[in-house]
Amino acid sequence: MSNADWMGTVLMSARPTAMAALVRYFRDLDAAEEAFQEACLRALRTWPGNGPPRDPAAWLIMVARNSGIDHARRARRHVALPDDDVAISDVSDQEVPAVERIDAADYRDDILRLMFICCHPELPATQQIALALRIVSGLSVAQIARAFLVSEAAMEQRITRAKARVAKAARTFETPGAVERSERLAAVAAMVYLVFNEGYSAPHADAADKGPLADEAIRLARLLLQIFPAEPEAMGLTALLLLQHARAPARFDAAGEAILLADQDRRLWRQSLIAEGLALVDKAMRHRRPGPYQIQSAIAALHARAETADATDWPQIELLYGALERVSPSPVVTLNRAVAVAKARGPAAALEMIEPLAPSLSNYFYFHGAMGSFLADVGRLMEAREAFNRAIALAHSPAEASHIRRELDRLAPPQRKPGKVTIKNKSG
Amino acid sequence: MQYAILCYHDEKVVCAWSKEEDDAVMAKLAVVHQRLAQEGKLGPAARLLPTTAATTLRKDREPPLVLDGPFAETKEQLLGFYIVEAASLEEVLEISRELAAANPGGAYEIRPVGHFVDGSKPG
Repeated sequence: MSNADWMGTVLMSARPTAMAALVRYFRDLDAAEEAFQEACLRALRTWPGNGPPRDPAAWLIMVARNSGIDHARRARRHVALPDDDVAISDVSDQEVPAVERIDAADYRDDILRLMFICCHPELPATQQIALALRIVSGLSVAQIARAFLVSEAAMEQRITRAKARVAKAARTFETPGAVERSERLAAVAAMVYLVFNEGYSAPHADAADKGPLADEAIRLARLLLQIFPAEPEAMGLTALLLLQHARAPARFDAAGEAILLADQDRRLWRQSLIAEGLALVDKAMRHRRPGPYQIQSAIAALHARAETADATDWPQIELLYGALERVSPSPVVTLNRAVAVAKARGPAAALEMIEPLAPSLSNYFYFHGAMGSFLADVGRLMEAREAFNRAIALAHSPAEASHIRRELDRLAPPQRKPGKVTIKNKSG
Repeated sequence: MQYAILCYHDEKVVCAWSKEEDDAVMAKLAVVHQRLAQEGKLGPAARLLPTTAATTLRKDREPPLVLDGPFAETKEQLLGFYIVEAASLEEVLEISRELAAANPGGAYEIRPVGHFVDGSKPG
């Protein structure tokens, strides 16, 4: 690795801790960012000669606080940091020996706050993601703009607007109580999952630009787990992202078409990510405090453990979706349970389960896809055809549509009753 | 004389490596491993999964206490390690408790192994 690469990695990995402390110190996102930038510039000048400090985050925090940015504001709003009783009057570029290593736990509320600032409830999901990538991860506006397929100017504006909105949320800076802390944790976990999905759900053509988002989300999830090492939902979230991301090398064929889980070449799955995910699922289960991320990660773990699609433990997956239905009920969860039911107990039982969902999922691609395949399996071919056609009309990508077309091709040739279904769907 | 070489690094930095950077480091190490193995000098080597996957068994009390996360105290020193095969965290905790009963005091930090190199066979 070249010097610049190496320094970039160190600065990037120290960023969340350093920014978290600086946001508390300055009580202002822009001032904190500016000071952090100053400190990074100083690091780039001095680290190659002096060698890196033992604790880069601590070094950056001190240098940033002494950078002279925003003196007035700092004087007015200064709040003690955990290490403030340590004398830091003379910060040279060498590490101050008196400063102990920063323990992430000391900064738990700071880091949580920094992440929580990005999930302000008034911000739409895309702005939450953009803000988190900018503020916590430190991705450049250009990188984020590429990931969202918008111009740099548009993204700049979006982030500025989002920042202005969160700046007013001053009560964020108070130390949270236990209840508020767990609410923040839940909001942050949801935001991290959004970041992941933005990267993971991208079609193959955008994968190069959006791919880093999944890695970033995993980094954020691990960070969350470092500051809440005994929180089973943080384990579940991290495990879920790792287990899903492990499949990345097998998710698209050479032409860029999505490959379904059942058809993926499992030898391509990344075993180190799977091992880490499974270890975290195991750790979480010891706590016997199941939550939505743990349950979803346990489902992903069963897929990861199955050496072939046929070896999948569908009865267990059905039970887990049942548990997920109880803790966070939604028609989509029921639909997923039905897919497991179809595998475990046959299509008739699954069909019975999802027919009542039609009103709430009538515009949901996967609902019609599942309907079509259950109907086909019980031999109701005309209705299956209708459901598949409906799914094609709702497909988000050519890959989804072509997958359903293949399902259609697999149906026996239509009994040519005057084509009510066909005509309706040609117009749709 | 056999020696153990204990590997330390900033986990945040290593976890921030891209897959390509990580693969490049592992490939360079594999070259060294291969030569050492040919010379009959390489024993087992392991790359551990991140400390977020760690569990600690404090065995300075009875019954021992299971804690999430790595062993964080600094007053104890690393005096040895085991590599064991277990199907689950429960099973490795069971093994650790048995060892703890035979040798109380201190703690065991339990870390899943991500990458294992068998090394050369002795003799």
